[in-house]
Amino acid sequence: MSTATAAPLLRPTVARGHAYARRYWAFAAPAAAVVLLVILFPWVFTIFMSLHDWKVTGETPFVGLANYAKMLQDERFLWAIVRTGWFTAGTVIVPMLLGVWAAVCFASQFKLRGLARTLFVLPMMATPVAIALVWTMMFHPQLGVLNYLLTSVGLPPSSWVYDSSTVIPTLIMVETWQWTPLVMLIVLGGIASLPQEPYEAAILDGAGAWQMFRHITLPLVWPFIMVAAIIRLIDALKTFDTIYVITLGGPGTSSETLNILLYQTAFAYYDLGYGSAIVVVFFLLILLISMLLLRVRQREAWR
Amino acid sequence: MKRYRFRRWLRRVGLYASVILLVSPAVLFFLWMLSLSLKNELDNTAYPPVFIPHPPTLANFVDVFEKNDFLTYTINSVIVSFSATGLALLLGVPAGYGIAKAKATKAAALILVARVTPGLSYLIPLFLMFQWLGMIGTLTPLVITHLVITVPIVVWVMIGFFEGLPGELEEAALVDGATIWQAFLHVAMPLARPGIMVATILSFIFSWNNFIFGVVLAGRTTRTLPVAVYNVLTFEQISWGPLAAAALVVTAPVLLLTLLMQKEIVAGLTAGGVKGG
Repeated sequence: MSTATAAPLLRPTVARGHAYARRYWAFAAPAAAVVLLVILFPWVFTIFMSLHDWKVTGETPFVGLANYAKMLQDERFLWAIVRTGWFTAGTVIVPMLLGVWAAVCFASQFKLRGLARTLFVLPMMATPVAIALVWTMMFHPQLGVLNYLLTSVGLPPSSWVYDSSTVIPTLIMVETWQWTPLVMLIVLGGIASLPQEPYEAAILDGAGAWQMFRHITLPLVWPFIMVAAIIRLIDALKTFDTIYVITLGGPGTSSETLNILLYQTAFAYYDLGYGSAIVVVFFLLILLISMLLLRVRQREAWR
Repeated sequence: MKRYRFRRWLRRVGLYASVILLVSPAVLFFLWMLSLSLKNELDNTAYPPVFIPHPPTLANFVDVFEKNDFLTYTINSVIVSFSATGLALLLGVPAGYGIAKAKATKAAALILVARVTPGLSYLIPLFLMFQWLGMIGTLTPLVITHLVITVPIVVWVMIGFFEGLPGELEEAALVDGATIWQAFLHVAMPLARPGIMVATILSFIFSWNNFIFGVVLAGRTTRTLPVAVYNVLTFEQISWGPLAAAALVVTAPVLLLTLLMQKEIVAGLTAGGVKGG
């Protein structure tokens, strides 16, 4: 499969006759119907609910924008935003750096490359809940294998997810372990599609490996890196399984991101109205960021 | 010349060292998971930790299936993932074809929105809807919500695949008097079989791994495996051996599939970073 398929959306399309195109709409109609039902209907209904004081049982009076106003004064919500920002920054930047490094490594020829690549990809395919449970065991302060490893090389043991100052860096580590492979794969696809000529010319000119990476690979692969960054950013904002299973937002609320708060509000406290309002804000935030990045990406393409 | 050779040798060593450094966190993690699942409770809580099970025991795996209803949960997971993938193929393959042929960028954008939206945000209204319909406690809500993951994956992969196919063969069929449906069924579909394979594997894996929909919508008897393994942790005395064994049972099918189908999976993931949830 060619890597040119990287993202159909991000490529310019050739305009064809309308009549020609319209014949093919029938193919998409059933899927469009399902998408409307399962994706768009919930959206409209969520906005509707966010304007009501909606608990699971009892009356659901219309309250206008009260739920949104409540958010501005809700310290727990505001802290969740700050925490989501910090967690997201970490889980984008670290996997991006490691992922690009890994892609450059896996683009070279070496023995057992296929096997090494498959092993490297395993964390992102494995069931997140199962993975998170094993990490939890490894983080155990007294019996966990990680503290044993730390102390056996002379480092002080860490409190990992059991202390509010280390919990987010630890979760960032778990996410990095799991999602660096996706960045690697997208960037590797980019590197694989590069022409060979610039490299041959550079070698003749006596360029070193770092110079070739800096002046040939990086600029040419940049669009793929941007695509990977957008995808990573969106996934980072959406992170749920890992945090839910390992800390459930704790200790206290020190790892409670927006997504976890949303879950707690709607399905632990059953405050569906307020939960819906959080969903709306959360979604707008994600949409805004991804559109912003798509614009940056397009401007890159113009150059 | 000698210096050049030395530099080449150095670069080689650096490459191998990098690869080992990059791959070892994954390898060591899964080895440790395996080690935990094969040790008795005494060795699992020993300090310093016992690394190699001696002697290895399968008792933890027996435990998982005997003390819990893991067989039911496995069947649930199989039903949900297979149905959600099958339905997604039925809907998504023609849709991918239509969108690719019509060059409908806007429709593709709609699929992208589905990729961007957090899974949790569909859940409040869908939860209420299924409650009103009295469907909570059956597998139907799970299959329907899993479509949120599987349909976009299939459509996304298939758009890329159909765009890469040469159009001449279909056009020849159209000239010969075939309808566009016949051209799709008898010309484009057979050519796209590798793409359908990729779409199937990816949508199955991400449906299998899904946790969030099950946690909200599944009842006691309709838990899928990821939800069940989480409940082993919360409702039982925490014992590491059975827990690791349960985690391994849940994720083993996916890991095996990845090892066997690595070429297809890499091709699919490279093609646009599909991921569910």
